Parts: sequence; C-alpha cells; structure tokens
Amino acid sequence: MAEKKMFSATGNQMVADAFRQVNPDVMAAYPITPQTTIVEGYAKFVADGKVTTEYVPTESEHSALSACIGASAAGARVATATSSQGLAYMWEELHIASGMRCPIVMANANRALSAPINIHGDHSDIMSARDCGWGMMFAETAQEAYDNTIIAFKVAEDPNVLLPVLTTLDGFVTTHAMDCCVMEEDQVVKDFVGIYEPKYPLLDTENPVGQGMFATLGNGYMKYKLTERHALDNAMEAFERHGKEWAEITGRPFELVDAWGTEDADYIIVVLGSCAGNARFQARKLREQGKKVGVVRPRIFRPFPAKQIAEACKNAKAVAVLDRSDSFGSPHAPLALEVRSAFHANGVDALVNDYVVGLGGADITLEQMNTVFSDLEARAAGEGDGSIKYLGIEE
Amino acid sequence: MSKYQFDGSNYDNWKPEEFPTGYVCPEGGTSTNCYTGGWRSNRPIWDSEKCSNCMLCWAYCPDSSIEVKDGAMTGIDLFHCKGCGVCVQECKFGALELISEAEAQEQEAKGE
Repeated sequence: MAEKKMFSATGNQMVADAFRQVNPDVMAAYPITPQTTIVEGYAKFVADGKVTTEYVPTESEHSALSACIGASAAGARVATATSSQGLAYMWEELHIASGMRCPIVMANANRALSAPINIHGDHSDIMSARDCGWGMMFAETAQEAYDNTIIAFKVAEDPNVLLPVLTTLDGFVTTHAMDCCVMEEDQVVKDFVGIYEPKYPLLDTENPVGQGMFATLGNGYMKYKLTERHALDNAMEAFERHGKEWAEITGRPFELVDAWGTEDADYIIVVLGSCAGNARFQARKLREQGKKVGVVRPRIFRPFPAKQIAEACKNAKAVAVLDRSDSFGSPHAPLALEVRSAFHANGVDALVNDYVVGLGGADITLEQMNTVFSDLEARAAGEGDGSIKYLGIEE
Repeated sequence: MSKYQFDGSNYDNWKPEEFPTGYVCPEGGTSTNCYTGGWRSNRPIWDSEKCSNCMLCWAYCPDSSIEVKDGAMTGIDLFHCKGCGVCVQECKFGALELISEAEAQEQEAKGE
C-alpha cells in the first residue's frame, strides 16, 4: 500500500471531501456560518463534474431537510449539512426524518444559538436536537470529522438501524482551523460504503408504498415509537462494528468512548468534541507531576454510550463533566445529565462536578482545565457540592 | 402484484416489530378502502328528474363521490362522501338538497 500523503485541511474541507468520495445521489442544503465551506466546497465538486449528485440549493434549511426526506423516501442516498439557526429551523423535519426512517447523513458545524446572536462554536444547537431520534457523532479533529462522516453512512444505512445520523464538528475550532490530515483513496471509501439498497423506495412504482402515514387511532403510534427506540439502540452495535471496520482499513483507531489514562485515574474530565485536546494536554502535564488524572471523550452521543463511560470512570474519586451548552431549568447541563444517570444506573459512585465551558466560542484554556482538576481534588476532600459552574466567569 | 407481502387486517393486534420499517404502507391505492362516509353529518340527496347531467357537481366534488356512467350521473358514493355540501351549492338546477344525516338514516330505517 502506498504511503498516505499528509496535508493540511480544515474540518469543513475534510467533510466536503468525505461527501465527494461517497458521492450521494442527492444533496439539498443551505449555507450558514460556520458550515458554509462544506456546501460551498460540495457545490464546486458538482459544478466541476467531480460527483454525480443532484444538488438542490434550497431557499431555507426547512426546505433543505424536507427535500432530503423526499429524496430519501424516493430511495436516494442523501447528505446535507447545517449549523445553529439552520438546525433549529429544521426542527420539525428532524423528527420526520427519523420517524420515516430516512438514513440521511447531516454534518453539523456546532455553533451557539441566538439570542444574543453569536456565530461561534458551542453545543447549544446540537444538544437541542438530541431527542430527535438521530444518531449523533462528535469529532475532535478535522481528521475525525472526515472519518466520522464516512462511518455515518454505514451506520445510517445499516438494516438494523435505518436512521438519520448527525456527524458534528465544532464551529471554527474544527470547521475552520487547519489540521494535519490524511485521506483514503476514493475507491476505498466507495467500497466501504457500498451501494445503498433502500427498503421501500417510492420510485419503485411496480411495488407501490405509502410513506408518512397516519397513526392517530389506537396505540399504533406508541408501538411504532418503541421500534424507533430499538433502532437507535441497535445503532450502538452498528457504530462499534462499522467504526472498527473503518479503523482496520485506515489504521486510525475508533472507540465509542476514547478513554485516556483512566485505568488508575482518581480524577477524570468527561468532555465532547474539540476541547478534549486541551483536557488531555493538561492531564499529561499533571501526570508528569504524579497526579492520577484521565480524560474521557465519547465519540458518539446518540445512542449514549453509558456503560462504556461508566466503565472508564468506575475507579475514579471525582469526575468533572464539561458541557458546551446548558439545559436551562435543569439541575445539570446535557452531557452531565447523561453521565450522572450512567453512573447511577451502573453503580459508579464517583462524585460529579458540573461545568459549563466555552459558550459562544469563549476560549477553553489549559488554566481552566487545571482549575477543574484542582476542584476535583478539593471535591474528593469534601469541598463544594458539584453544582453547575460557568468556567472562566466571575460571579 | 407487489413484492411486499402485507396484510393490514390485524393492524390493531400487531406487535411493535410487525410494523413495516418507517411506518410505510406497503400497498398502493389504499385510499379507496378508507371509509370516510362515517364523517358525514349532512347528506346530499339527488333528484334525478331535475338533474341535467351538467357535471358541475362531479367537477367540484373534492372526494370524487359523484357516480357517473356513460356521461350521466347515476348516484352518490356514500362510502366516501363526507357531506361537505359543495355539490349542493354548485348545482344550478335544484337537483341536489342537503339534509341531516340523522334524518336520512331515519328515513332509511323506515324504508322510505
């Protein structure tokens, strides 16, 4: 095998290239910062004849995802991308796409929500979509954004899953910053994703079907929703299997939960996405000083890898959960809620500290990571109650 | 013949995993099986002697419930007619009249 060429690229370029290599039948999208260079890049691939995709430049995100659902129901392999207000504008279609079991792959450039208006990275948009029945992946790097996007097609189209999947990358830090990347050959990607065989394509007029049916009478709706729960639960095994298969082809590791230094760690940070790098960097420095610290980074959020996170944290004295969004009115932010319930259900008795970090692109610094690890030591010694702290903000 | 083997007759007793993926209906043209006549609170009554077969009611009926044979009206499809009254409104010859469904059913019971 020829040595893979390393080059510099942004996360958005890598996602656009992953889409190019998959060459979906249809892409319907609307540009929005910081996702713009994905759809701009893809539109150029279409214009240059690099792909055979039917590209639908819609007038809004509401229409973009509607067009994707129609195309998917027709039997097409479909991709799209959005961010922030755009994702919010797709909200009703998010549920329709999963309810109709359309295996659409959507890249989301994670960004703050208005008001006040803010175009920078956090997880407010994507966490608002966490109960819509989609699979959800979080990339730490541009490379992972590429790999996740390719794996997402396999998971979405897996016969045991058949659900849409969001493959996400953090606004600007991952979408726009240059990173060292490698890319697989086009044919390797095409062979990996294979040919999509839709289950009930509307365009197969010899075998007519009705889609988007009515389920108001009796308990058909409730029974059907249970099948959606089962399908997204099945995605756990599908992410593991297809992720490992891609890892074997590429030599780049895939774990549902990336656990660094957790075997003997007393203090652990759990965090999603791009700022895990800072957490690990600081953890390494503290390790050099003899502190037993670790970092846990789930690569998927839906389905939530509760058992794997509990397993990684089972020996810790105190665990900090860093959220890049808040769930106003809840005692805990979204990731902390999930981690705490994972601990409760799996008999992990580590103390938990909740932090909200980096909202609206606020810097997440090594000093902050250091503060968190010190807080955890203090918590284990009986200080504080672990309730939400907005990191870097003096109250 | 569709390749999908589908029997919806026992729908109410289906277990969750028996529902086709995506809640699709793997069969075509099923709207004709749907009994929408039960929604009716008013019923159009047709007087064939006043009818000129102008076909306005046929054109306006939103549920294709005006029955026609060889260019002439033959009756009203009460399995699908929802009793909206558009046909009565559009008829220029007084050949259609809207009466309450309850009254219509009473008359039927008496054999009128």
